[in-house]
Amino acid sequence: MGGTEAWSVPPRADVVVIGGGIVGAAIARELSRYQLSVVVLEKAPDVAAGTSKANSGILHAGFDAEPGSWKARLNVRGSQIYAQIAEDLGIPRRVIGSLVVAQNADEMVTLEALRQRGISNGVVGLAIWDRDQVLAHEPHVSPEIAGALWAPSAAVVCPFLATAGFAENAVRNGVQIVTECPVTAVETEAGAVVAVMTPRGRIETRHVVNAAGVFSGHVSRMAGDDSFSITPRKGEYILFDKAVSHLANSVLFPTPDKISKGILVSPTVHGNIFIGPNASPVEDPEDQETTPEGLAAIVAGAQRIVPDLPVQAAITEFAGLRAVAGKDFVIGPSPMVKGLVHAAGIQSPGLTSAPAIAEVIVESLRDTGLVLRPRPEFNPTNPKRPKFIEQPVDVQAALIAENPLYGRVICRCETITEAEIVAAIRAPGGARTLDGVKRRVRPGCGRCQGGFCGPRVTAILARELGIAVTEVRKDSAGSRLFFPRSQGAVGENEHA
Amino acid sequence: MHEPYYDVVTIGGGPAGMAAALGAREAGADKVLILERDRELGGILQQCIHNGFGLRRFQAELTGPGYAHRYIEMVEKAGIDVWLDTTVLATAPGGAVSCVSPTGGPQTVRAGAVVYAMGCRERTRGAIRIPGSRPAGVFTAGAAQRMVNMEGYLPGHDVVIIGSGDIGLIMARRMTLEGARVRAVFEIMPYSNGLTRNIVQCLNDFSIPLYLSHSVVAVHGHDRVTGVTVAQVDSHFAPVPGTEFELPCDCVLLSVGLIPENELTRSAGIHMDSVTGGAVVDQFRQTSAQGFFAAGNVLHVHDLVDWVSREAETAGQSAARFAHGALGGTGGALAVSAGAGVRTVVPQRLVPPTGDEKSVRFYFRATQPLQPAILALHADDNVVWQRRLRVVKPSEMVVADIQVATLFQGAENLTFTISPATE
Repeated sequence: MGGTEAWSVPPRADVVVIGGGIVGAAIARELSRYQLSVVVLEKAPDVAAGTSKANSGILHAGFDAEPGSWKARLNVRGSQIYAQIAEDLGIPRRVIGSLVVAQNADEMVTLEALRQRGISNGVVGLAIWDRDQVLAHEPHVSPEIAGALWAPSAAVVCPFLATAGFAENAVRNGVQIVTECPVTAVETEAGAVVAVMTPRGRIETRHVVNAAGVFSGHVSRMAGDDSFSITPRKGEYILFDKAVSHLANSVLFPTPDKISKGILVSPTVHGNIFIGPNASPVEDPEDQETTPEGLAAIVAGAQRIVPDLPVQAAITEFAGLRAVAGKDFVIGPSPMVKGLVHAAGIQSPGLTSAPAIAEVIVESLRDTGLVLRPRPEFNPTNPKRPKFIEQPVDVQAALIAENPLYGRVICRCETITEAEIVAAIRAPGGARTLDGVKRRVRPGCGRCQGGFCGPRVTAILARELGIAVTEVRKDSAGSRLFFPRSQGAVGENEHA
Repeated sequence: MHEPYYDVVTIGGGPAGMAAALGAREAGADKVLILERDRELGGILQQCIHNGFGLRRFQAELTGPGYAHRYIEMVEKAGIDVWLDTTVLATAPGGAVSCVSPTGGPQTVRAGAVVYAMGCRERTRGAIRIPGSRPAGVFTAGAAQRMVNMEGYLPGHDVVIIGSGDIGLIMARRMTLEGARVRAVFEIMPYSNGLTRNIVQCLNDFSIPLYLSHSVVAVHGHDRVTGVTVAQVDSHFAPVPGTEFELPCDCVLLSVGLIPENELTRSAGIHMDSVTGGAVVDQFRQTSAQGFFAAGNVLHVHDLVDWVSREAETAGQSAARFAHGALGGTGGALAVSAGAGVRTVVPQRLVPPTGDEKSVRFYFRATQPLQPAILALHADDNVVWQRRLRVVKPSEMVVADIQVATLFQGAENLTFTISPATE
């Protein structure tokens, strides 16, 4: 463990948020506007360790959901407020629009229904495009298609950086995020929450927010509320090299079926493209294995939209789980336990909805007796951290003069300097693991996938955290990367 | 800002960069500069502590650092400037090289000629799409080699190796010597991708099994790797149902190929060979951009460092001649193609000879193993040169020197083929 982190949790808090994903982080940041003590408990070593790190990264326009549902209301609201939030928190975001592609006349009918639904939900700018309009905007889409629904407000973000942005701002405003701290019990008295138990100690509290993602059903039952349960649904993805980024300019969906929005082809905010996800229910809430069948299915699905997609340009593949409670989100006070508020069953469009969910949850807490007095010193912004490679030469020179580590490139695929890596580790709520660094500043996200920079980033982490190289982890608590050499030979080949 | 001038700048200070710089010096370049991103010269050789380097170049069996050290001494003696801890960000027409370092900041160097010598990187798990989970314990063999040999840490104790590339074979032996258990090497092709001597010395001598036509179809484990599922594959590399078996392990090393590191070359708009992954060059190793040369693994992945040094020397000499106006541009080139049985050929173009050279050295990779084989040169439709080869393997380069008089007989197309020879 790093020397700077508290091992124990505080004895009491006004609000305990369970889960450091996008939803928990957005709620914590929203609560940090008020004079409250707020603790976020996260069982993994880093925020965004579950669903939030492995999803499509799309800010949906909001035409999919049933009018009047939480999904519909919160999606559209979230989509509207993200622009300001992204600016304040330093979350990279690109508005690129989305196209729902219809393969035939029947699907064109569905598109019109989607358009009507979008209008009911308050989505602006929706338009039905014919084949030629689509091909003019997306020359690599199959010429066999019939047309598409254009939604200009759809955007892409990095879901990890979005979560880290909310988390950092929450910490800057006084929230305590305790990582590697699973909740083992939620104590109640007379049907009301009184405390949360963890291996690091007990926290007395009257207000618990359940933002535990695929584990939110489990957390709810711990408190004695079995009003819903979660079925994890796995989605697999393939990420492609930037060399093929020209194949998609906007988010390309197929016409949706009843289960999901289908397998899509989309640019990422970083300029790669990805395909996925499929949707398969799984038992194990930790099952993030990709499968040959799943990968074949998403390739086939993606090639229906973009036939020329070259499979050999893949650079990595991954799977994520969505927390499915039913058709809609589970939002608001528990019907069975006083003081427990759910932000649960957050599947798509959860990333888009997160800031709007946070607003609703804070209102729920007010309704259940939490006193909200604004904190005048609340600062809504995170400081900007310059990306070295994007700066003009005179700014680069000034950065290196101030901090020579800006002159040392660690990741040659993405041109990331040592200074940027150190800043990501030293930031409030900063990186503690190899993947944590990778997800914040992207060394290891390029073609070499960390083959070159991995050992170097490991050494920087060890130095910055004041730990041994053998203590540096990839991601989860048990994911140590290296072991001591067993034959006592360390040193004989060391280079000065 | 002052922009220093050098006759020849090599980008990279590994075996290719050093040999190119020395070649440039020999050919009369006064001011030669090596730009190296690491904190010492030598490149990947510094982590290759096994022996087997230099048999051809020095007629001695050296370790990687030993081979590097000989070149480092020559570089020092020759008075070649070296900037360490310096990363090149871009090259521009006319020879502007933009680089950055902690002590020098962002700088532009003016070069009379540039030699790209950035080497190569390893193919990763993503590139070969192994399904399963993404736990700690999956490393490319080269990254693991660096951790063991240079940093002094082990990547695991119970190892499965995917791919029979040379680094994987070397690491099978290295991990065994470090006390780890190496369960097996799995190769998806029906033949090995490593040098024969490495199969013998690194696997057979340690009783490590090599499974050909086998592939790891899943990686298991949540925190650390706990095992893999392996299956036999058919001739289309698809897993054969019913042949799957599980192996426990805590570490998976990948040795599934190398890719030339051509970010700079590509962003300079230089014409690339999609099969080698490197630039298209002529016999002087000049690329499609005048005054920009390439050599070593950035140009095509070599099997022996000795060939890298030799090729880079040529590139460096040519760069010096270009800087002095004694070597022309890239016009009037004759195309050299890889025909049946030939996966890659370098150089891919020939420019008219400048007078003093008698022959051109070609490097080939075959598409499949053959024993024996005929390497033939077709000028338009006529076979103008051929050689019988006792054995051909995709993992080993075929090298041939062909007389200038044979190559320049007025043909419009030159094509090489490798075909089975009758006994």
